[in-house]
Amino acid sequence: MSDSNSIDYTSVPDQHGHFGPYGGRFVSETLMDALDELEALYNKLSGEPEFQAEFDRDLAHYVGRPSPLYFAERLSARIGGAQIWLKREDLNHTGAHKVNNTIGQALLAKHMGKPRVIAETGAGQHGVATATVAARLGLKCQVYMGAEDVKRQALNVYRMKLLGAEVIPVTSGSKTLKDAMNEAMRDWVTNIDDTFYIIGTVAGPHPYPQLVRDFQCVIGREAREQCLAQAGRLPDALVACVGGGSNAIGLFHPFLEDQDVAMYGVEAGGDGVETGRHAAPLAAGQPGVLHGNRTYLMADENGQIIETHSVSAGLDYPGVGPEHSWLKDIGRVNYVDATDTEALAAFRELTRIEGIMPALESSHAVAYAMKLAATMRPDQIIVVNLSGRGDKDIHTVAGIDGISI
Amino acid sequence: MSRIEQCFAALRAEGRKALIPYVTAGDPSPEMMLPLMHELVEAGVDVIELGVPFSDPMADGPVIQLAMERALAHNVSLRDVLDMVRAFRTTNQTTPVVLMGYLNPIEKMGYEVFAEQAAQAGVDGVLTVDLPPEEAEQVAPLFRRHGLDCIFLLAPTTTLERARRICEHASGYVYYVSLKGVTGSAALNVTEVAEKLEQLRSVTDLPIGVGFGIRDGASAAAIAGVADGVVVGSVLVNQIAANVGDLEQARAGITAVIRDMRAAMDR
Repeated sequence: MSDSNSIDYTSVPDQHGHFGPYGGRFVSETLMDALDELEALYNKLSGEPEFQAEFDRDLAHYVGRPSPLYFAERLSARIGGAQIWLKREDLNHTGAHKVNNTIGQALLAKHMGKPRVIAETGAGQHGVATATVAARLGLKCQVYMGAEDVKRQALNVYRMKLLGAEVIPVTSGSKTLKDAMNEAMRDWVTNIDDTFYIIGTVAGPHPYPQLVRDFQCVIGREAREQCLAQAGRLPDALVACVGGGSNAIGLFHPFLEDQDVAMYGVEAGGDGVETGRHAAPLAAGQPGVLHGNRTYLMADENGQIIETHSVSAGLDYPGVGPEHSWLKDIGRVNYVDATDTEALAAFRELTRIEGIMPALESSHAVAYAMKLAATMRPDQIIVVNLSGRGDKDIHTVAGIDGISI
Repeated sequence: MSRIEQCFAALRAEGRKALIPYVTAGDPSPEMMLPLMHELVEAGVDVIELGVPFSDPMADGPVIQLAMERALAHNVSLRDVLDMVRAFRTTNQTTPVVLMGYLNPIEKMGYEVFAEQAAQAGVDGVLTVDLPPEEAEQVAPLFRRHGLDCIFLLAPTTTLERARRICEHASGYVYYVSLKGVTGSAALNVTEVAEKLEQLRSVTDLPIGVGFGIRDGASAAAIAGVADGVVVGSVLVNQIAANVGDLEQARAGITAVIRDMRAAMDR
């Protein structure tokens, strides 16, 4: 923590995709050439103003950016601590931050001339965002989704089908997000010639953690400008939920050099980190290698990946983006957790007090922000990434209430 | 000379090709392994690739995924696999054993500890599917210091320049993945493999084993015509899947496939 002033946050990843000891490219040989090709193309395009302009145009006119920064006045007053401001990624087209990244990667697929895209999805938000850009560009789209998640996110499954994507339920392993990612990797290695793999989070082999971060950084760049314009100063704290961690890195990254801005990444505490039934690798895991990168993982003493638990499908993942692992080790970001119960309470609170229904993933961030706000002064500002809207979770919440709809 | 080098040198002198079976250690149960390994040798194999069970085998098709699940149902760990090799070595000091698997179990055990214990147990080579040479700059020399050969994959998508660099890091043999896909895929094209191998010979003198898509005596013989070794996995594991309740039948099925391939390759 003491030396985080002297760290150059733009120096990562290095040319091999390493964030300190994390990241890298741990995949089978068949994929290496495609990753080299993707890296070279991305390095070229990301430096071209035309590509950036094309991306910005799509974000403005198709996604509807900039998303507002909204002062949740009633919620803040009720807590009586710091001001809670919400970065409204839930208002994006398709209802979550995921589309920022799929727009960017679809542009890459287009430049590479790939007629087919695949994706993995947990809550279905990334799958929907991928199916959406595929429909817009006329690309064939197949989405891998754990069979468990297909059940608990039926609404998003049907949305993807309406958008013309094929949803493939994955029945291996724990039947959740990690297994969907395994299966997407297997598809990619088999169909590498005509297929672009749109990874949904800041994980996977280099250059994915970097390019997904870069595409999501629009969140933090906007939030920084908006906070300066609307509140007249930078926030005191940022809060975002962390599954793979794409919405969190998108918010945090443009603030990393602002040393007075504290950052909190909120993992899924499930039944409580102490119970072992959670999805909090940064809190309770150890470094290991999975899905193409070295990062904090939930694994047993023999290195087998263990099953995770969270009420939110989008956070139900045993790994985390490698940059988060690095930011944890250097102490720049505080990684904390919110339990299922806390997240559900925050879901209800924000819905009733502000008329904003957050995704269960984002509800973890709201839950922690409410706790944090209570410890701070009313002149202080917390910016919370409201990464997605909660419509997709109504079935889950109704089920918990014992209501079938 | 390592046990793997000796094996390939002897085969070369006889004008024969290596038959290299893959089985997942502990599938369908740990007791199966020792008798199976000895029976494989009796049936005519030259090197044994022993799969280390992993919860998330990203490069494997459904057949080997399920094999790993069956082994993991018995909690078969990397340490258990080393014990199996140690037991095998009490009566067999000649047949090379290569561990094939994923990086995380090794990372969890610790590279130094693993290298030392694997060498002590009698392991000859390590093939880690998700460890390309770029990430192996420390690991490969460490393994070699302990006398373990580092076996790397080459793929249809590997450029010749890249293959040259990979082979500089490799020892023992290299493993050419015959097709784009996961283990157990069907479409093997021998002509394409032959062309690729001819190119690869220009960058390495290491023996080249070929795997993925080899299902029977005919395909084994065809590959043996162009490669130094024939790796066969899913078709053997299928024998186990079909006979989970009858281990003797499973072993008999496997050795029958091996005998058939051996005969076809030597014909």
